[in-house]
Amino acid sequence: MITPSALTVTQVNTYIKSLIDDDINLKAVIISGEISNFKNHYRTGHFYLTLKDEKSSIKAVMFSSANRRLRFEPQDGMQVIAVGRISVYDRDGVYQLYIEDMMPDGFGNLNLAYERLKQKLFEEGLFDESHKKKIPSCPMRVGVITSPTGAAIEDILNVLSRRFPLAEVVFRGVEVQGVNAAPSIVDAINLFSETEAADVLIVGRGGGSIEDLWAFNEEQVARAIYNCRIPVISAVGHETDFTISDFVADLRAPTPSAAAELAVPDFREHLSYILSARAFFENAVQLKIDNERQKIKNLVSSKSFIEPSDMIKSHRQYLDSLTFACESAVKLSLEKQRHDFASLVSKLDAMSPLKVLSRGYAMVTSEKNIVTSAEKLKKGDAVMLNFADGNVKCEVTE
Amino acid sequence: MKNMTYEQALEKLKNTVEKLEEGSLPLDKSMEFFEEGTRLASFCEKCLNEAEQKITDLKVDKKDD
Repeated sequence: MITPSALTVTQVNTYIKSLIDDDINLKAVIISGEISNFKNHYRTGHFYLTLKDEKSSIKAVMFSSANRRLRFEPQDGMQVIAVGRISVYDRDGVYQLYIEDMMPDGFGNLNLAYERLKQKLFEEGLFDESHKKKIPSCPMRVGVITSPTGAAIEDILNVLSRRFPLAEVVFRGVEVQGVNAAPSIVDAINLFSETEAADVLIVGRGGGSIEDLWAFNEEQVARAIYNCRIPVISAVGHETDFTISDFVADLRAPTPSAAAELAVPDFREHLSYILSARAFFENAVQLKIDNERQKIKNLVSSKSFIEPSDMIKSHRQYLDSLTFACESAVKLSLEKQRHDFASLVSKLDAMSPLKVLSRGYAMVTSEKNIVTSAEKLKKGDAVMLNFADGNVKCEVTE
Repeated sequence: MKNMTYEQALEKLKNTVEKLEEGSLPLDKSMEFFEEGTRLASFCEKCLNEAEQKITDLKVDKKDD
């Protein structure tokens, strides 16, 4: 048996790879298929996936350098169109699709980009109600950013002049579609914001396809609106068009004309308020005068005003009652004092020694001192007996 | 009142109405507010009736510095 020199695995794979790489048809392929086994390598950021249809599947890889440009998040089950080349991964001996670009099939790529940006800005808080500025009730300067040639500016000017000609319109023409649209709109918004050239700002354009309106879905425009110091009313396309700008703006108007309606009050309403205010003033003052007149009337018809003598009488009566009270108080006090004196006198009388003597007692004194004990006297002492009606001299005999 | 904008006059007019609505003002004060309010109302009305829309282009004002 002849044994031709055996090939190494590497040689085989390298050979096959060279065959495939040389095939002009496989250098640039566009493949439609459904994503499965999607993996986003956590470290390298490369995407690994399988594209399949009903009967067959092919391995695919999209390196991070390419997938960074994607405007959507690939997911299992998603129908996509992938652009790339077929080559062999010689380490594993498998051929695979090296994807350069990929877009969702059947679902507008722009739509996905839109959803993606919307989600991102929402999470960042650019749509928060708390950040939205109040639209002034009576702006004297209305800023307008739109195309100088479109129908939008005409509509806006028509409505503004009909509703509130008092307000000055400060206009800045911009490109509203094409590659320069977004930067042009951003510049205009920033200019208004920096110079505070208006009290409220309308930013928008008339209707068009989703591509035409695209500038208003761009991140830089959204951020300029968010950062604008002047309240912004967005007015893009028709009622049914919702752009990212609409979500960021302080107020969304369905159309440019509607934006103008929302921006300013109707001068006729103001006029009727002013007329009613004037009528109110007249009524209010008339009412006030009537009130004051009534007050005076009430005063004039009061009792004391009609019969002042009544008032004097009542004062006199009061005075009388005071006098009477005063007199009786003095009388009472005198009587009490008189009574107290009489009782003192009778007490004094009861205590008097003369009273005792009158009942037959006599008081013995010796040299004017009262003798209260027999032992203080001896035979021959001279004493005085004091009776109620007089004194006698005596001598002690034993 | 000559230098007042419509916006300022309207604001003042509203305040005047509020003050008069309170009703507790002395008569002479009421008269003052009445006169003031009537003047403001006339001024505002004149502004509205004579207004003509003014449109200016916002120019990029490249500063000299």
